[in-house]
Amino acid sequence: MKSVALHSKLTRVLFKGFTIILFFAISLSSYSQDIDEARQKEGRSLFKSLCASCHKLDKKLVGPALAGVEERRDNAWLKAWIKNNAELRASGDRDAVAIFEEYNGSPMTAFPQLVDQQIDDILYYTTVGDPKAAVVAGEEGVVKNTAEAPGWLIYILAAAIIVAFLIIANLLKTISELKGAPKSQGTLANLNDVWEGFKQNTFLKVLCVIFLLLMAVYVGFGTLFKVGVDEGYSPLQPIAFSHKIHAGDNKIDCQYCHSSAKHSKHSGIPSVNVCMNCHKNISEVAEDTKIEWDGITYGKAELDKEIAKVYEAAGWDVDNLEYTGNTKPVKWVRVHNLPDFVYFNHSQHVTVAGLECQKCHGPVEEMDEMRQFSPLTMGWCIDCHKETKVDLKGNEYYKKIHDELAKKYNVDEVTIAQLGGKECGKCHY
Amino acid sequence: MKNLKLIIALVTLTSLISCNDKRKPQVQYMPDMYESVPYDANGANGINGKPVNREPVVGTLVRGGYPSYDIADTPEGYEKAKAEVLNPLEASEVTLEKGKVMYEIYCSSCHGEKGDGNGVLSQREKFSGIPNYKDRDINAGSIYHVIMYGKNLMGSHASQLTYNERWQIVHYVEKLRTDLLVQ
Repeated sequence: MKSVALHSKLTRVLFKGFTIILFFAISLSSYSQDIDEARQKEGRSLFKSLCASCHKLDKKLVGPALAGVEERRDNAWLKAWIKNNAELRASGDRDAVAIFEEYNGSPMTAFPQLVDQQIDDILYYTTVGDPKAAVVAGEEGVVKNTAEAPGWLIYILAAAIIVAFLIIANLLKTISELKGAPKSQGTLANLNDVWEGFKQNTFLKVLCVIFLLLMAVYVGFGTLFKVGVDEGYSPLQPIAFSHKIHAGDNKIDCQYCHSSAKHSKHSGIPSVNVCMNCHKNISEVAEDTKIEWDGITYGKAELDKEIAKVYEAAGWDVDNLEYTGNTKPVKWVRVHNLPDFVYFNHSQHVTVAGLECQKCHGPVEEMDEMRQFSPLTMGWCIDCHKETKVDLKGNEYYKKIHDELAKKYNVDEVTIAQLGGKECGKCHY
Repeated sequence: MKNLKLIIALVTLTSLISCNDKRKPQVQYMPDMYESVPYDANGANGINGKPVNREPVVGTLVRGGYPSYDIADTPEGYEKAKAEVLNPLEASEVTLEKGKVMYEIYCSSCHGEKGDGNGVLSQREKFSGIPNYKDRDINAGSIYHVIMYGKNLMGSHASQLTYNERWQIVHYVEKLRTDLLVQ
């Protein structure tokens, strides 16, 4: 085994080394085709910082796609346009007015601060494009094989172990019989003997009844206590939206999307226009994005289709970059749902108490698929209300009553429960 | 015989475990006390089977609210806002504090904590070309206009913020811009 492992490791190293050498050979040869790397880099960084908010190389964005723009327009015209397009338009240049009209009269920002050399670098970058991405071929095949075992495998393993035990027991029995032990009369007869003995033993009977009763009570209560408690509930959503990518990797604040949590009873599901604030620009995910969804790993191909679902809901025409007005709702499935006989208000907890969302919803920024983290039972609410101290600073209006409460309970800081947060009528009315 | 019992036991055990399906909600005791009679927010079936959340009638004014922003989303509208619209709030410490909180939720992902256009989304190259506030000639009116309608790649943030919150952000953005210009 060891030598095989070593061997495969060696091959892997050799293979990797080979691909890297191959890669360098290729990239070197491609760079030797007179691309001025310094100018390309300079142009790229200028483009990214100044132009990329409205232009892409290969796609229309707010403004036109810029790849190969040098072939379409005269260099002097481009410089005049970039430095001050309003002036160029005012001078009556026909091309300038035409492109302005084509983009519905939205003016481009003027860049008088750019010198000719910088503009040339940007134009150079639009012509030669991005440096070749450093993707090492074969890398993908080498890693992996670390996926977790699926659930059904565990059952099969358990069954295999039980079967193995039975076989071993049988073998042991046969061996002892061969060694000269008296041959037993088969399992059935043995069981019969045990049953006869059991029927005559009152103590054993009582013991069994007690055991069964306890089992029944345990199972019964366990089942009853789960009624209406949806901890771990994770319905399949219509769009494979990963909180991990949005809130975890990209660090977007929870309230950016759940914006009504600060003022309203509900934290709210964001409407699609909020998605479009970013996804108007981001129509595809990065190359190496992966999420776990319904037991399957979604890669770039699948996730781009999920973004397309947002466009469909918003009625966004990706090719012409405009809204068609043909919208349809996204039918998200509600995860957290308190019974109607409980009053709960998000703003009280988010704005007034200043709680982190994670306190109740758990590490959402690590979840690809959203699930209910807390049991949301009454006991769970009360536990927190008993422990949590109230921050009474800057609340002069109620200072007197707060002081009196602290004196009454003989504490420095009162808890929510002492402030009345345990009274039935606070939540049930 | 013995094997048969074993199999039955195994099957019952598996079915008991698989009852715990995370895709399905648990049984409810007396569901009529769980399900509300009034419509739930975001519900799918409201009046006439349409979704519960409807857009208000055009021109609706919130009780105690403010007149809707009536400058058009055009380049001329932008210039008009820049020339005419003024911040109704005072730039007090409290306003700036609140503006900072809102800014960090709604703006800093792209524009960066300091307003230099270097937010997380910019660093991760999800968005590029986000301007530094000091490079743009902006004032209260134009900032408010852009929050209402968006500009270029930025979308409208009117639906996520209230009237006061928008103006608090405007104050904070102006402060950030001043700080950047001083440096």
